[in-house]
Amino acid sequence: MSSRLSLGQAFVFLLRRDLLLAFRNRAEYAMPLLFFVLVITMFPLALGALPELLARIAPGIIWVAALLAAMLSLDSIFRSDFDDGSLEQILLSAHPVAILVLAKVSAHWLVTGLPLLMVAPLLAEMLGMSAEAQPTLLLTILIGTPILSLIGAIGVALTVGLRKGGIILSLLVLPLYVPVLIFASSAIDNAAMGFDVSAQIYMLLAFLLLSVSLSPWATAAALRMSAG
Amino acid sequence: MSTSTLLETRDLGCIRNDRQLFERLNFALKAGEMLVVEGPNGCGKTSLLRILTGLRLADGGEILWRGEAIDRLAGDYYEQVNYVGHHDGSKHELSCLENLRLARAMGVPSELDLDDVLEQVNLYAYGESEVGSLSAGQKRRLALARLLATDSMLWILDEPFTSLDKASMEMFSILFEQHLQREGVIVITSHHDISLPTMAVQRLDLGKPS
Repeated sequence: MSSRLSLGQAFVFLLRRDLLLAFRNRAEYAMPLLFFVLVITMFPLALGALPELLARIAPGIIWVAALLAAMLSLDSIFRSDFDDGSLEQILLSAHPVAILVLAKVSAHWLVTGLPLLMVAPLLAEMLGMSAEAQPTLLLTILIGTPILSLIGAIGVALTVGLRKGGIILSLLVLPLYVPVLIFASSAIDNAAMGFDVSAQIYMLLAFLLLSVSLSPWATAAALRMSAG
Repeated sequence: MSTSTLLETRDLGCIRNDRQLFERLNFALKAGEMLVVEGPNGCGKTSLLRILTGLRLADGGEILWRGEAIDRLAGDYYEQVNYVGHHDGSKHELSCLENLRLARAMGVPSELDLDDVLEQVNLYAYGESEVGSLSAGQKRRLALARLLATDSMLWILDEPFTSLDKASMEMFSILFEQHLQREGVIVITSHHDISLPTMAVQRLDLGKPS
């Protein structure tokens, strides 16, 4: 009798499968990125010719837009798997579900979080953000968006079985996003004024470590409840 | 044929929407035996099957696999289980082969080549086709092909014959028989008549008050 794949292989397999699915549904996955870009583009138009004001509120604008874009994309982590029954097959896998969940969340971050990182420099330039603040902006997005995906996954796992889970999802998840928002925008503000930002960055890193190590288990437990 | 009991339930109970669907349900399946769960709609057939897979928690009692409770076995139990439920569990955007490869990655791959698996369920020509473009019966055959693509002792099948034609039903009946001969175990619900040697078949009627 042949034996099952190693956990690492199964992880990579599921990650690749989700990336392939995202590639075949690219229109759907482009939505959050488009939303992110459009929201930020509207601000200069709405606020008029006030470059100082714009540069001052740029960190807040970018991070609020990133948060809402992440919210918009969350449902796609588990929705289609729940609807077509593949989620049951994942839950019945011989591998630990938490690790498979981590593979799915990683794939989700690669298709929704990473693109934000790539367009952020352009948007920062457009809002007139100072050159000193831009590396910090990218760093906070790099650390912060995986946290959004990881925390969001718990919320989606809890609400995926409900018919109208959208509102509950935002009520559940947004409060948990607030610390990330606060520390990220405070870091960028400090960087713009030339202060040290290591405190905020360490705080964000701590959030990231905490969510990587805890969220997959919580998500797996919530998925079992939703599927049961 | 060995006579050891593989799957056993002890005083299993299920409550759904404040209604007791069944209680004190006991059965034991030895290697090479099949359990056909019968009863009218809404009597708890699907719930029983989902409880047996571990997807749903029982509201009382326990399930033993080779004498050990399944919630303690976890992954070691799941690698023995193959479940085909109401939903096919295939990704419509992926091809038949990609779906089967995923099923293998999640469980224990069987020694059969995937092309042979597709050949057996008459889907050989559709290996590279997207599942979304297949007919309902073909999708069902692909879902059942998972049984061949992975190695597992216990098959739990919820209405496997939905939207299958007569020829496919017969073909799968033969596959079920072969699985029983290999000392596997099958738990099945079906409104279709299944032609199998009656010796190995136990019947459980959930509709009757026990």
